[in-house]
Amino acid sequence: MRPRTWLVAGVLALAGCAPEGGEVPAQGAGSPALVVYSGRSERLVGPLLERFQAESGVAVKVRYGETAELAATLLEEGERTPADVFLSQDAAALGALSSAGRLRPLPEELLARVPRRFASPRGDWVGESGRARAVVYNPERVTDAELPRSLEETAAPRYRGRFGVAPANASFQAHMAAYAAVQGTDALARLLDGMAANQPRRYANNMAIVEAVVRGEIDWGLVNHYYLLRALAEDAGAPGKLYFFAAGEASNLVNVAGIGLLRDGLAARRLVDFLLSPWAQEYLARETLEYPLVAGVAPPPNLVPLAELASPDVGFEKIAEMLPESLELIRASGLLQ
Amino acid sequence: MIAMIAMITMIATTAAGRPPARGAWWAAPALLVTLLLNVPLVYVLARGLGDLPAWAAAVGNHQTLALVGRTLSLVAGVVALSLVLALPLSWLVARAELPGRRLWGTLLALPLAFPSYIAAFVLVTFAGPRGRLQAWLAPWGVERLPEFAYGYSGALLALTLFSYPYLYLLLVAAWRGLDPALEESSRTLGVGRARTLARVVLPELRPALLSGSLLVALYTLSDFGAVSLTRFPTLTVSIYNAYRALFDRTAAAALATLLVALTLLLLAGEARLARGARPTRTRPAAPSRPVPLGRWRWPVLAALALHVVLVVGVPLAVVAEWTLRHLRRGGDWGELGAALLASVSLALLTALAAVVLALPVAAWSVRGGTPLARLTGRLAYSGHALPGVVVGLALVVLASRHLPALYQTLPLLVFGYLTRFTPEALAGLRASLQSIGTVFEEAGRSLGRSAWAAFASLTVPLTRPALAAAAGLVFLVTLKELPATLLLRPTGFETLATRVWTATADGAYAEAGPPALLLVVASFVPVYLWVVRPALRDRP
Repeated sequence: MRPRTWLVAGVLALAGCAPEGGEVPAQGAGSPALVVYSGRSERLVGPLLERFQAESGVAVKVRYGETAELAATLLEEGERTPADVFLSQDAAALGALSSAGRLRPLPEELLARVPRRFASPRGDWVGESGRARAVVYNPERVTDAELPRSLEETAAPRYRGRFGVAPANASFQAHMAAYAAVQGTDALARLLDGMAANQPRRYANNMAIVEAVVRGEIDWGLVNHYYLLRALAEDAGAPGKLYFFAAGEASNLVNVAGIGLLRDGLAARRLVDFLLSPWAQEYLARETLEYPLVAGVAPPPNLVPLAELASPDVGFEKIAEMLPESLELIRASGLLQ
Repeated sequence: MIAMIAMITMIATTAAGRPPARGAWWAAPALLVTLLLNVPLVYVLARGLGDLPAWAAAVGNHQTLALVGRTLSLVAGVVALSLVLALPLSWLVARAELPGRRLWGTLLALPLAFPSYIAAFVLVTFAGPRGRLQAWLAPWGVERLPEFAYGYSGALLALTLFSYPYLYLLLVAAWRGLDPALEESSRTLGVGRARTLARVVLPELRPALLSGSLLVALYTLSDFGAVSLTRFPTLTVSIYNAYRALFDRTAAAALATLLVALTLLLLAGEARLARGARPTRTRPAAPSRPVPLGRWRWPVLAALALHVVLVVGVPLAVVAEWTLRHLRRGGDWGELGAALLASVSLALLTALAAVVLALPVAAWSVRGGTPLARLTGRLAYSGHALPGVVVGLALVVLASRHLPALYQTLPLLVFGYLTRFTPEALAGLRASLQSIGTVFEEAGRSLGRSAWAAFASLTVPLTRPALAAAAGLVFLVTLKELPATLLLRPTGFETLATRVWTATADGAYAEAGPPALLLVVASFVPVYLWVVRPALRDRP
């Protein structure tokens, strides 16, 4: 009876892999493991967390997922969450948890490691690496002199149907909210209507835009800077280059990936401390190709230094405040369903 | 619990009328299973409709109507095109004298093994305006291909080519169960080939056609990967966007109520069409003699080969290329052994559990003869239309609040799979039970067997190919499930699908190669063993 053999094998296999799968919490020297929900991928932060375990002796259990889904999960779990720490890909998810009162305050010593604008105004999360909004373009199809010098110029008729955006992506939405925070919502409405009238191609995410640019499907697109760098790491010969808007008021934006604590504790604080250490910051710059936020650590090679990026001087609390209305405007422009 | 079952039985038998109608003894387990499978649906309705102003704000958007229209037009297109593909393909495999038909039979089902985001990724990188195909045609001056890989046509292609196997597999089983004597009689009576097909054959295939179409339709409704990559946003995309943008679970649930409404519409439509489907089979089918293809043999083989190259070969080549690139760079197969074992055992367990759960629902809904029985049979499908993230979050809420001991454990994950995939087992079983009828059992009972013994010894053996096919289907889709897996798995638990996701999320496609390849290989074995081989086994 082959089916029965399969069944038995399956059940045995399942029983065999369950403990390894982690139903039994890994015990580190008698103390329970630190549970981390990570919206950042295992490829990027896995080695970092392993190093932390080895250095600190703190056992870490990581639950990887999409940032938004994990944030929604944390909001649903409430006080019952098994998580101690949340690693988020963007400030908006941390902001939502902060507004819901789910994050514990961080000690000033940790907050002060990064420039103030990259930490929570409430002091309950801290940025760990910077992600700049940028234009990725295909040098075989367009030169950098032909690219728009500001967000407003994306409405110029010569770009009609030739560029890509990802309106469903959190980074695009934060970018628009930052613009609204500086220029006001009327200006954002005008910007979005102009952009939408120019018929950009709408992609599912930043990666899809980079791929479309490299294939020559579009000339350029609005993305986060590191997506191109990662695509070049996969295929060094791909025709793609990075470009930042000229020093316009609100065209550039540096967003952050960051850390928040759901339960305060020595081990959790040590993890934050570790992620803001020079070693971890150098690792992030090298492996995730993001901007390190701690002073004295060099950014990835061939990248405009963070200080030279003309990012508008608005805090994330202001951006978060503008987000719902900006989203409405993105929907109203027809860019997002 | 026992009291609950007793109560349900009482209600069911009352509803079924006195004296208890045939099959009424299935009522309690059928109702219980349906209740369990509808847990996510109840959550969505409670959450979505609980706050009516919020519901109205989310749904009363001027774009909602267009969104629903777009979603429905995609569903209609995918079902229609799947029928066009699945009918001839299943006939060729089940009825024609096709060289190597078991291999063809397996290959034709394999597209279902590719997660839809890989399928759509392959479509746009291969057939997109500047995809691989365009690069090949560039020497002939083709600068840009037409946009067919994107928008409606792109979503239609990606979803049809990778979900038609639902229909195909059910139809192969149906063709094999079809008594060739019926067609032969019709032809002997002087009825032409086309009219025989339309008047005799298609009505016999109707249960399988309807069940398969329903699965394809529900798959399309709940898909996120293909529609977002091909840039044809449907309702599911809006639901994801609501979660993504403001972590707004209420707005997401409100939009999901629309999806539920569309599902109910589809179920009602299927029920209406299924009315009057009467089994005509009175004895086990005689083995059908394979139809010789004659001079069509080579053109048919060429067309089949082209189809298989496009829907299995191309995606497999892409995945193999990733794998090679990964290995050339000094990458290894990593810790995939554990992920493979986890994926396969979970999928096996889910497949078997789904068949066990589906059997009473199928039996009661086909035979109960009451409106409640029919309604139960339909409602059990609801979980299949909800996107994985909705099912996942519903169970996160339920378990983290009320069943903390189950939260982030394998049993809850399997339960999540079951709410989504039991309908896939149900479809095949219902079609099979419908075409078998109850004649044999009645004969058995008149000869003194108990109802249960008659069912177990007479009906079950006849449904065995359908049972195996149902398990095979569930196995395939469980293997590649991602969104609910990410939300419900025990912390640190990895499957092949989560491995693929880890790599593709950062665009590190080379690293996604090995787990994706294993995913397809792991799908091949059960499809062959459970679905194709039993369906094509020649009966004595």
